[in-house]
Amino acid sequence: MADYPTSKELIDNVNYKLPKKGWMDTPTTIRKGMYCYAGNPKSLETVGFPNARQWNPLDEDWKLPENWQEIIHNGFKERLENFRSFKIFMDICVRCGACADKCHFYIGTGDPKNMPVLRAELLRSVYRNDFTTAGKILGKLAGARKLTLDVLKEWWYYLFQCTECRRCSVFCPYGIDTAEITMMGRELLNLLGLNIDWIATPVSNCYKTGNHLGIQPHAFKDMLDFFVEDIEELTGINVAPNYNKKGADILFITPSGDVFADPGTYTCMGYLMLFHYLKEKYGLDVTWSTYASEGGNFGSFTSHEMMKRLNSKMYAEAKRLGVKWIIGGECGHMWRVIHQYMGTMNGPADFLEEPVSPITGTKFENAKSTKMVHIAEFTADLIKHGKLDLDKSRNDHIKLTYHDSCNPSRGMGLLDEPRYVIQNVCNHFYEMPPNTIREQTFCCGSGAGLNAGENMEQRLAGGLPRANAVKYVHDKFGVNMLGCVCAIDRAALPPLMDYWVPGVGVIGLHELVANALIFPGENKRTTDLRGEPLLGMEDEADE
Amino acid sequence: MNVNYLVSLVVVVALSFVPYFGIDAGLKMLFGIVIPYLAFAVFFVGVINRIVSWSRSPVPFRIPTTCGQQKSLPWFKQAKIDNPSTTVGVIARMALEIFLFRSLFRNTKMQLHKSENGPKITFQWELWLWLAALVFHYSFFVVLTRHLRFFAEPVPFFVQLLEKIDGIFQVGVPGVLISGFMLLLAATYLLVRRVIIPQVKYVSLVADYFPLFLIMGIAFTGIYMRYFEKVDIVGVKALTMGIITLSPQIPAGISTIFYVHLFLVSLLVAYIPFSKLMHMGGIFMSPTRNMANNNRATRHINPWNYPVKVHSYAEYEDDFREKMIEAGLPVEKE
Repeated sequence: MADYPTSKELIDNVNYKLPKKGWMDTPTTIRKGMYCYAGNPKSLETVGFPNARQWNPLDEDWKLPENWQEIIHNGFKERLENFRSFKIFMDICVRCGACADKCHFYIGTGDPKNMPVLRAELLRSVYRNDFTTAGKILGKLAGARKLTLDVLKEWWYYLFQCTECRRCSVFCPYGIDTAEITMMGRELLNLLGLNIDWIATPVSNCYKTGNHLGIQPHAFKDMLDFFVEDIEELTGINVAPNYNKKGADILFITPSGDVFADPGTYTCMGYLMLFHYLKEKYGLDVTWSTYASEGGNFGSFTSHEMMKRLNSKMYAEAKRLGVKWIIGGECGHMWRVIHQYMGTMNGPADFLEEPVSPITGTKFENAKSTKMVHIAEFTADLIKHGKLDLDKSRNDHIKLTYHDSCNPSRGMGLLDEPRYVIQNVCNHFYEMPPNTIREQTFCCGSGAGLNAGENMEQRLAGGLPRANAVKYVHDKFGVNMLGCVCAIDRAALPPLMDYWVPGVGVIGLHELVANALIFPGENKRTTDLRGEPLLGMEDEADE
Repeated sequence: MNVNYLVSLVVVVALSFVPYFGIDAGLKMLFGIVIPYLAFAVFFVGVINRIVSWSRSPVPFRIPTTCGQQKSLPWFKQAKIDNPSTTVGVIARMALEIFLFRSLFRNTKMQLHKSENGPKITFQWELWLWLAALVFHYSFFVVLTRHLRFFAEPVPFFVQLLEKIDGIFQVGVPGVLISGFMLLLAATYLLVRRVIIPQVKYVSLVADYFPLFLIMGIAFTGIYMRYFEKVDIVGVKALTMGIITLSPQIPAGISTIFYVHLFLVSLLVAYIPFSKLMHMGGIFMSPTRNMANNNRATRHINPWNYPVKVHSYAEYEDDFREKMIEAGLPVEKE
């Protein structure tokens, strides 16, 4: 018995009716299923976050430090002085409402405080009270309010109902980015030790052991070796990967989610197979790292500083191993960090070479400073130059649609590379409606650290618009698989699909590639990586 | 009842009556000269202050919102404007934002349909807000430019040209200039939509209604003066020329409605620096729109970047050395 509503109950509860009273006078109740548990104090202590303690969001008393209002005020001021984005976004919103129905959480919950404009107003109202003359004099009439305990709780509740997906920002006439506002708000909450455990503990694990689950180096190797066995069973090929190998050509870093959880594990097998193929055929030497064994950056859900602390491992490890450059696996917010923050925070990466594919000779001009290439870019280049031997028909049992992950779409622009790869490894590909893909793509509902279990209702509600677009192509074209380039997607979308669109699975790009990739001397394949029979091979697969 | 728009309406109406009493009390100097000068002083100092204050905060990270294909491999067609990688691209993107409200043009309206077969969400292209915003801003611009005729002698040719275009329908005497009516109409639309769309009403503050009522008041008094009251235009121009040439004078015979118009304009102008109307400056400085998406190709510098505490490889190996050796993983120190 699941402790969340059925899809019918959930939908019945969604109406976009508004309270009679204004939002400032409508108190917020923290509701079960819509929030995540508080951060474990031990995890906060590992990384030196302040005010580590046991607390419960449902309790009246949040055990805040005595001077918490002062801490927030000073933290607010400091961020206004350090980030022009924050300052401008506090000042110029005209509340035109264009963002309102662009948010997946608003669409899925109908809660007006999930309208991006109101989420921002939660902070803006305090900004006006503390930092503007009009707010100080006119108070509520100027849209200002004091930071009370209730307001703080409201911040916490709604800043952890934003996945920093940036969809609203696409439609804002001034480019106001709620992700930016949520990041600042969460930084402020972190000053009081108010984080959720699904972020705080992964942060601590990433810091200490290198990946969010805290998989220790030997176990990490064991898990990959397990995939090696599976692959050998399937293809007869031993793909033996390198670990922490000095002098390798390329360091490969991917989210650790791919190492432990289905269906990401199959994507991970896909990477292993591709790299082995390239080693055998072209002599390319790729290494994995147990120290930098997490691409995903949970730090980015806490503070810019923590983001930098975790991200530093990538360059540090590349330097230690003496590789030429880095390839990054399929992940969403990992790529936001690599693309928009890494070079600034931890660069310049002078010790690396400007990335050139040794196989095709292609220079990755767009990555010449950061020296990190997205694996979809890398693979698309290999395919373009005919360097991969592919049998598309091995994916014929799949009718695919493709989910653009928020961060690579709106914080980078990685749109056509994965599609190009898909079109070369897949015969049946169908796009979802235009308002739901590319830069207008909808979040899986679980990004920015909200992929926990206790907030399942929130995640299923937030994922509704995504699922609904999948349902459209499922009904129309019989789509049975949802492709993606993000580890959180791979973890979050399967339960979302089971809930809203049963019969649709979730698959990473490089699982599709590996299905199609023909190894010299491999066993005849009768199943895909998951052991599902290929089209026309049903009888043989059973044997 | 929504207190926010009522308050705004009452305040604006009350403010319009102020000059009536003032002029009766013989305060023409105050309303014709002192307040306009003060208002413009507040405007210039305020706007510069605000822009300087924004500029003082650095842009530590390059965070454009990308709305199309990135520049990557040569055979992928880059969206050069929606995802610019060069300064030229950024300028084009900004120009589209500023002159054509590009992002608002994308606006859609979501609808959730419930049925037995489950929910269905649809999205419809929604152009009305974009259109009204465009009409509002452009007619405001035309009206403003036309007013240059009161501040220059001889009247510059482009003002005369603009006025000719504005009066293209050649209806009535004095000829109807469409921009003023369009401004009033668009402002009314923006107000009505704020009041009748429940979500927009819910998020609206006094600060959203007040400038709308003020602008409507300005447009209304302007139209009233030109077509109905027919104020003494020669007197008005003498007053405005006096202001601009710093030799202020109050010509006799200008009716009170003009002072109401001038007072509301002064209020609006003085209000700008402290309000959301600063979006006209802010849009130029919005980091999600005015930066190129070339982060991986060109390093962006954060002026306050500082060293952070990290968990080094050496510390990591110290934690796990034995396990690593046992698993056959290479280590630095045996």
